[in-house]
Amino acid sequence: MAMTMHVDIVSAENEIFSGQATMLVAPAQMGEVGIMPRHSPFISRLKPGEVRVDTPDGEGLFFYVSSGVIEVQPNIVTVLADTAMRAKDLDEAAAREAIAQAERAMHDKQANIDYAKAQAQLAEAMAQLRALENLRKRTR
Amino acid sequence: MANAKEIRTQIKSIQNTRKITSAMEMVAASKMRKAQDRMRAARPYGEKMRQVIAHLAHAHPEYRHGYLEPRAAKRVGYIVVTSDRGLCGPLNVNVFKSVVKDMKSWADQGAEIRMVTIGTKGSAFFRRMGVNIVAQAEHLGDAPGAEDVIGPVNVMLKAYDDGEIDRLFLVFNDFVNTMTQRPHVEQLLPVVADELPEQSHHWDYIYEPDAKDVLDGLLQRYIESLVYQGLVENIACEQAARMIAMKSATDNAGELINELKLAYNKARQAAITQELSEIVAGAAAV
Repeated sequence: MAMTMHVDIVSAENEIFSGQATMLVAPAQMGEVGIMPRHSPFISRLKPGEVRVDTPDGEGLFFYVSSGVIEVQPNIVTVLADTAMRAKDLDEAAAREAIAQAERAMHDKQANIDYAKAQAQLAEAMAQLRALENLRKRTR
Repeated sequence: MANAKEIRTQIKSIQNTRKITSAMEMVAASKMRKAQDRMRAARPYGEKMRQVIAHLAHAHPEYRHGYLEPRAAKRVGYIVVTSDRGLCGPLNVNVFKSVVKDMKSWADQGAEIRMVTIGTKGSAFFRRMGVNIVAQAEHLGDAPGAEDVIGPVNVMLKAYDDGEIDRLFLVFNDFVNTMTQRPHVEQLLPVVADELPEQSHHWDYIYEPDAKDVLDGLLQRYIESLVYQGLVENIACEQAARMIAMKSATDNAGELINELKLAYNKARQAAITQELSEIVAGAAAV
């Protein structure tokens, strides 16, 4: 029986694979890497591509990753896969959108206040109505 | 008789309210189950990430990343996770309380505060309080993706890189169980790594392409994963809290209906008695 190592492939939203393997092939930043048990500590970004896991019963499992990070410890390999396409400018666009939303809300402040005011007035009117009804009931 | 009629309309209206609250309770219960599943599914990534970060913090790298180095806190940043919708009991108020308390202790030390809010309730509350909200994300729905937090988190990471904040905290509701949700303040930056038991020899990773590049990407994902997990957990809490709130509302409506029914029956009885005595009195007079 060949030596094995523990492999975990996880993404932020769920666990994809967890189990023993004799070898793992992953698309690292500088080219494809093959990891076998007792590899020295290694950490790299992943490029979009396939991760192949060879299980002890000689089966080859394939997983697609769009990007992510691979961490190798002598007996543990962890693949942290991204769920979304990542790129620096995409991240920046997302950040800008979040800021813009806050700014929009600042400008919309008036509308929010108006809404709150209207709600308060409505509550007041309803209370008055209820009081009137009670009064009418008592005088009857 | 008019009195009895009034009570009857009141009973009708409360019955309608009870129908709505019990429907909301059931919806919240099923959504909670799904949210809990998502919460559990997200956990392995967080755990693995934490492990890797712990390894990293205890390795002896040629390059120390800024996120791992503590520095004096002059400005503090918060990422506050709240729900988008109300009717979920004291859930958001509890978060506000703990944030305000935490903020006050930093303000007493003379720290400036910046905030990123996720969820409409938080942004509305803190804007009214006059807190400096630099970014926000709203209406992420019941099943947000990990990519939804990238924007808001990146704003804070950039602020940290530029020295605009020196500490970053994440606040969300911790899902203890269905009945209990606890507001939780967690320090994101500088990174607090888990302790590892055995650390005797010096070692370091082989980095590809280089340490800075890998660590930048890794730590960014780490913070994002923590925020995402906080978000997912908060959603499970929201549904649980709503379920409890709606359940007690339904129970209260039931009690009210019982009381009103009693009052209604009494009023009806009184009306009948009165009518009878009037008839008897009328017959006697003839």
